Amino acid sequence: MSRLRAFVYVVLFAAAAFVVWQYQWAGQSEQPDSSVLHRGLPADPESVDPQKARTTQAGDVLRDIGEGLLGYSPAGELVPGAAESWTISDDGLTYSFIIRDGARWSNGDPVTAGDFVFSLRRLVDPATAAFYANAIAVVASAEAIAAGELPPEELGVEAAGDRELIIRLERPTPYLLSLLTYPATFPVHAGSIALHGDDFTRPGNLLSNGAYKLDAWTPGSELALSRNEFYWNDAATAIDEVRHHVLTQGVTELNRYRAGELHITSTVPADNFAQVREEYGDQLRIAPYIGVYYYGFNLTRPPFKDNPGLREALSMAIDRDVLAEKVVGRGEEPAYSWVPPGVDNYEPRRLAFADTSQDERNARARRLMAEAGYGPDNPLQIELRYNTSDEHRRIALAVQAMWKEALGVETALINEEQQVLLANMREAEVTQVFRSSWIGDYNDAHTFLSIVESNNASNMPRYANDEFDAVMDQAARQTNPKWRRVHLEEAERVFLADHAVIPLYFYVSKHLVSPEVEGWEDNVLDYHYSQHLSLAPVDAAP
Amino acid sequence: MLLYALKRLLGAIPTLLLVITLAFLMVHAAPGGPFDDERVLPPETRAALEAAYNLDQPLHRQFLNYLAGVVTGDLGPSYHYRDYSVAELIGNAFPVSLQLGSMAILLAVLAGVAAGTYAALHRNTLLDRIVMGLALTGISIPVFVIAPVLVLLFAVKLQWLPAGWSGNDGAGRLILPVVSLALPQIAYIARLTRASMIDVLSSDFIRTARAQGLGTRAVIRYHALQPAMLPVLSYMGPAIAAILTGSVVVEEIFGIPGLGRFFVNGALNRDYTLVLGIVIFYAALVVLLNLLVDLLYGVIDPRIRRR
Repeated sequence: MSRLRAFVYVVLFAAAAFVVWQYQWAGQSEQPDSSVLHRGLPADPESVDPQKARTTQAGDVLRDIGEGLLGYSPAGELVPGAAESWTISDDGLTYSFIIRDGARWSNGDPVTAGDFVFSLRRLVDPATAAFYANAIAVVASAEAIAAGELPPEELGVEAAGDRELIIRLERPTPYLLSLLTYPATFPVHAGSIALHGDDFTRPGNLLSNGAYKLDAWTPGSELALSRNEFYWNDAATAIDEVRHHVLTQGVTELNRYRAGELHITSTVPADNFAQVREEYGDQLRIAPYIGVYYYGFNLTRPPFKDNPGLREALSMAIDRDVLAEKVVGRGEEPAYSWVPPGVDNYEPRRLAFADTSQDERNARARRLMAEAGYGPDNPLQIELRYNTSDEHRRIALAVQAMWKEALGVETALINEEQQVLLANMREAEVTQVFRSSWIGDYNDAHTFLSIVESNNASNMPRYANDEFDAVMDQAARQTNPKWRRVHLEEAERVFLADHAVIPLYFYVSKHLVSPEVEGWEDNVLDYHYSQHLSLAPVDAAP
Repeated sequence: MLLYALKRLLGAIPTLLLVITLAFLMVHAAPGGPFDDERVLPPETRAALEAAYNLDQPLHRQFLNYLAGVVTGDLGPSYHYRDYSVAELIGNAFPVSLQLGSMAILLAVLAGVAAGTYAALHRNTLLDRIVMGLALTGISIPVFVIAPVLVLLFAVKLQWLPAGWSGNDGAGRLILPVVSLALPQIAYIARLTRASMIDVLSSDFIRTARAQGLGTRAVIRYHALQPAMLPVLSYMGPAIAAILTGSVVVEEIFGIPGLGRFFVNGALNRDYTLVLGIVIFYAALVVLLNLLVDLLYGVIDPRIRRR
């Protein structure tokens, strides 16, 4: 670059800087005040259209601005939402919901049974291309509609007048009520979609039926919400405005909390955990969370295909207590089952070796290895794939060492970028052992057990056991919750005995919550509606 | 001149076409797709999504569709941000990046030249050593170290400045990111300026100027500064490049919704259209800037116009 050219560049840049700088000063506004709640969000929602959203962060925002037929209390119990009451037919196949009389959209329009019919049809309609189209696969005709075999109008959902909504199911589904808290089932305002088309989600256009409405969204930066005065329970909403700050880096979020710019963080970075615990004491909230961190086996390829003994040996030789306490170390629970503790109406089954000591496990694992034909002169050589993250790497290193020490296994660690690992897992060609996790979509054991049914797309190990599928099928046909639970627990026992996965630990939710915030309760789903919180100034700044 | 501009613009078309083609192929060659997640989509859901984004068509058809869109100024919908188009996301993010980058350059030049000149005038004194020692430190410490330290000091401990971008309106939120970006450049420019200033100050025409009784201030301003700036000006190209690439890190650390952050996250999410859109945008920007600079050359230097 010649000098003259460089000089012109500098002048251009400077001129541009000046213009934007001016513009920036003009945009200055008031300081945030005490009735504004500032929360961290780990990434942008991919959409604020309930039917198009997918991730937990989208759910966090949608639970503030929308409302399903049911919702959750601060402690995580199911409570009526847009529906004030419901009845269930004796065969468990027909649900009838009465929509709350005072339920209103943010423009004052009443929320009707018709809105829900419209939205649930929209969810399963292939034209919508909803990620969670199969969330309500249990509703009559939903699967045929998703496959394009029937028109959306055939969905087993109908309105009887403005206030009664009837949902017919393919089979009894005791967890339907918790499904109906899921953001994908939230209503959208048909009139506003007709008016604005795809732009109906824009701030200003978006009509919502929750405690808040969306005022602004700067992608990559923040979502600003304010009180929806038409919300049926607006009198109980304490905080006027909520800002969800998009902070993809845990350390950035932590620093903003330290600087007093956030009331609630979405997580606590692993590297700073010990320091944070010391610094903040009971502002740090750790609670069990329905998620399992696991290693899966590729069951379609050697050496793990048809080799349960080998799989069991590898599972046994991992000291989960050391892993959970020393390697992860934020209060995580070592996992000896597939379904996490704290799930409603369920007692997780445990791996057979759960109650033996690690020494006993190692001894038995060595015998199993020998039976599978591996020993000191013929060591097992395997590949362990994990996606890029410090923590995943630390865990993989620890497991590699444990396998080496206990069984003499030679493990090659292969670090792959998230999307690459996911694609490899989906194809199940090159994988042997892989890292994955599963976070429950609703508070029921079914959300964990159903993903390892042989026909489930998320069945990463490609687990296929007719006995397991049959027990799951029996569970699906039970109307009595007690019997259903027995079957689900039996299914988990079958699954664990096959060692298709190695559950390593159960997740915890991790937040910093300012002493100013009142009404926060830990719950297993880690849902914290802004409408349940209030802000009380405390003398010492957080 | 108009004909010249037109010729240049037409000449840029093959360049842009090549950039688009290469970027398109590279993005699609990356393993994994935009809809991969631990929650694997049921086949019919996946099919519906792929149909909605035309991903079910053969690659060459997708490419032609995309190209047709680009020609009409449509960069397509983002695969990740389902409520926004790529053009909108770029339109939101670019002014932020531009503001950040241009202010950092401005700061780097002003502070770097001042420090370098000062050090040159006090050559081999303690002050010179301190300034140059600081400069060496500044060059050696990468942005991803400087920025968090500045945040801890000025935002967390002293609480003078905001720690992040969102929710902090006004110019205060710019200070730490701009300083973080500019610091290594200040250091480099200071060293360049010092060396070149010392060189210039020892040349004959400066001695003459001094002999004519001019004070140090006047010597520097009217005689030394201009020739001493030449190496600094030459360094502007690399400096701008360094600041544009460095901004990705700074944008992450401060949570700034700039173009670099969208680019990186778009690549991680396999947001094909967003990544392509940003590549095309940058390519077009470079082409346009070069044209603009060449046209301005013509304005400044009549010899070029005649060619």
